[in-house]
Amino acid sequence: MISELPVAMITLVCLLTLGVGAYGLRLSRHTSDFYVAGRAVSPRRNASAISGEYLSAASFLGVAGLVYDKGLDMLWFPVGYTVGYVVLLVLVAAPLRRSGAYTLPDFAEARLESQLIRRLSSLLVVAIGWLYLLPQLQGAGLALQRVSGAPAWVGGLVVTVVVVVNVAAGGMRSITLVQAMQYWLKLTAISVPAFVLVAVWFHAGRPSPQPPNPTWAEPGGGFGASGHALYSTWSTLLALALGTMGLPHVLVRFYTNPDGRDARRTTVSVIALLGLFYVFTPLYAVLGRAFLPHLAPGDQPDTIVLNLPLAASPGTLGQVLAAVLAGGAFAAFLSTASGLVVSVAGVIDQDLLRRRLARVTGNDASSINGFRIATGLAVVVPYAASRLVEPLGIATTVGLAFAVAAATFAPLLVLGVWWRGLTTVGAAAGLVVGGVSATLAVGLTILAGPFDGWAGVLLAQPAAWCTPLAVAATVIVSLATPRHIPAGTVRTLIRLHTPESVLPS
Amino acid sequence: MSGHRLRRMVRGVHLQTALVVSAVWSTVLLLWFLRRRQRTRGMVTEADRATYETLHTASLAAVEFRDGLTEHGSERAGRHLRTVLGSSAVAVCDRIGVLAWEGAGADHHVRQARAHADTCLESGRTVVLGQRDLTCPEPDCPVRAAVVSPLLTGDVVVGTLTAYGPQISPGLVRATEELAGWVSAQLDVAEAGRERTRAMEAELRALRAQISPHFVYNSLAAIASFVRTDPERARELLLEFADFTRYALRRGGAFTTLADELRNVERYLVLEQARFGERLGVSLLIAPEVLPISLPYLAIQPLVENAVRHGLAAKVGPGHVTITARDRGSEAEIVVEDDGVGAVPEVIQRALDNAPGGDDPSASVGLGNVDARLRQVYGDDHGLVVETAPGEGMRVSFRVPKYSPNVHASP
Repeated sequence: MISELPVAMITLVCLLTLGVGAYGLRLSRHTSDFYVAGRAVSPRRNASAISGEYLSAASFLGVAGLVYDKGLDMLWFPVGYTVGYVVLLVLVAAPLRRSGAYTLPDFAEARLESQLIRRLSSLLVVAIGWLYLLPQLQGAGLALQRVSGAPAWVGGLVVTVVVVVNVAAGGMRSITLVQAMQYWLKLTAISVPAFVLVAVWFHAGRPSPQPPNPTWAEPGGGFGASGHALYSTWSTLLALALGTMGLPHVLVRFYTNPDGRDARRTTVSVIALLGLFYVFTPLYAVLGRAFLPHLAPGDQPDTIVLNLPLAASPGTLGQVLAAVLAGGAFAAFLSTASGLVVSVAGVIDQDLLRRRLARVTGNDASSINGFRIATGLAVVVPYAASRLVEPLGIATTVGLAFAVAAATFAPLLVLGVWWRGLTTVGAAAGLVVGGVSATLAVGLTILAGPFDGWAGVLLAQPAAWCTPLAVAATVIVSLATPRHIPAGTVRTLIRLHTPESVLPS
Repeated sequence: MSGHRLRRMVRGVHLQTALVVSAVWSTVLLLWFLRRRQRTRGMVTEADRATYETLHTASLAAVEFRDGLTEHGSERAGRHLRTVLGSSAVAVCDRIGVLAWEGAGADHHVRQARAHADTCLESGRTVVLGQRDLTCPEPDCPVRAAVVSPLLTGDVVVGTLTAYGPQISPGLVRATEELAGWVSAQLDVAEAGRERTRAMEAELRALRAQISPHFVYNSLAAIASFVRTDPERARELLLEFADFTRYALRRGGAFTTLADELRNVERYLVLEQARFGERLGVSLLIAPEVLPISLPYLAIQPLVENAVRHGLAAKVGPGHVTITARDRGSEAEIVVEDDGVGAVPEVIQRALDNAPGGDDPSASVGLGNVDARLRQVYGDDHGLVVETAPGEGMRVSFRVPKYSPNVHASP
């Protein structure tokens, strides 16, 4: 099933990305004589940009693969990816925007007035970003291997190089328009083949899906392999619902909103756009069960989206659809990876590298060079890791990144926005407890797992115990150290919660 | 080799690698910790150690007075002050009441502390209070005598530092006096900081006043020329003028958003175009992502005014001003360029160096002021960068971080 068409499509997507990156600065400017300042980014366009960056390999390939492989239970994944924005909307969207923070460490510093918390947050942002990049690069390797037969390391390397060139050259930084187009590109790439495939399915006499085992379509069947389906379901849902707000590339986009009200409107649009996208991905899993009940040996379930067209319609139509899907998948790898690399590199540059670099070079290095070095670091480390560790499945690894975010930033953000009693010591305790427990669980699962029994379930699904643990640590330590409530707490909270409309203009 | 065995091996290798890596890391951390400990705890005598500890405690207290004599700061500093003095209790009062009480007897002596400070506040001299002045019904209470020393800012008594104990030794009197003197020095530093902020604010007000006279005169004259020929345009220009003055003369916080600042620049340029007509061309290239950034109020308009007044007004033939705002990751870069007559770099250098009180009125009134304010808010590496030569036009640029603590736009 190897063919030139999908490879050509992937090459086209990569070249297009590089081209838009090179010319991107022109797109990002509005040239006009007057009244340009009124043209802020509208909530809808910003929502497209957020969705474009957010829909990663996990959404494009991983969800269908999981549902195909394990069962309908896995539909909780797309539900969770979307519900994350509902939680974000209700609890933190507007206050985060009003805080004026550009990155998560910025928010930590603004709220808690402490450099220690800022540094802790920076470390966590880098850890979460790397963990999130890992499956993107693995997925790219998988996809390219599937369509071209190239070794698995090639796809990851292609994404790495394109992203580094693009980001370091200054394009693709946070060009809202480009990322917004990415969403529509991905939606087209997933929906048009889906419609065609459904038509093919009708034409073929509507073959019924063949479950691999009787529990495939049952609730609890998909998570049942561990023997603790209920716990796994809840833990996954909790991780995805609370993790979204702690992802490094999400807050950065909220900064583009002019005020808190627009931040809320943006979030509502994001929920609609994501919901629309996730209507299509499970289709591939179910059609896959109908057309391709048994994967060829050596194929990962994650490739089902790419395998399906040729299985359903061998010939030119299948080739074209496979090419469109491969292109869409690569667009997903590239846009998510760019967004993450920009956020992670920004944090590495600002909080971890700049001062050291200045000391070594005696202030010779310009800030641009620092950012370039940071970009290299931000993507080379996860690429090396993607070569060393064995793939766990794209959506599963992404789920782990969400779990770490849920156990660290979710308590910090929610308590930071809503609780006056939060102290610096309490926040630090929460970050350390949540961060250490979640990264240990995730690290063990990725490096040495999966394990059997309750221990294995708890390590593979850490959110349901790490998050309450982190919240408890934050609250108890805060209550025990009332002297360390930051001096500006009341002022900060007033600023976070006052709607712009009541301020005098 | 079967896939299963390969899996096994890969996993085995990584568990070992992980163990080795973590072992190496823990050793490195342990060595670093020990070295640091050795460096700090090395060979010191008892006397040295006492000195270091006193100095350390004092520096902890010093931080709390950086905002001046406040209740919050005094409360947090109280513990350290008591450690330095070694007294049973310490109180800090200002002219109105008790700011902090640290130590024994907090429940029943706090209310008297302000009364104890009376004599000292009036005389400005250290006062010792004995058993007669301090009656206490509780037999176990160690608060029996006190030393009250004045806290001064400049020559003004702003508060008192009181040390309480069972009895007062001459040593404690001396220590309290010295400590009060040291706290006064911290308060002076805080006052100097506030003074600097006030000076900056005064400068900002001065800048508001400065942009007005020439511009107001020229704009009104230009508008007047349209009143008969094009009343509709005259009306629009007058409204722009009204909005411009409201923004430029507003009483508000020191920060605004880039969107508001640019809107004001646009109004300014509309009014200048009314005067220069076809001679003044303008382009704005703005990345929409950077519009919500907070930055010091009136940071761009003076640069544009400088480009128009000093760059283009003197030029023969049409000129062009370009304003660019680019997204640079965690910062935004703002550039104001003109193709006017330019300037001798040394003149600009002098204008920037002499700020705020630059006495060269001809060039760049606003440049020095904007530069000084940017440096004050964001640090020395965020000042103006000016590139110019005679006849070559001028390019003024600066970078604004998207987030900076304490920078919040107020409408």
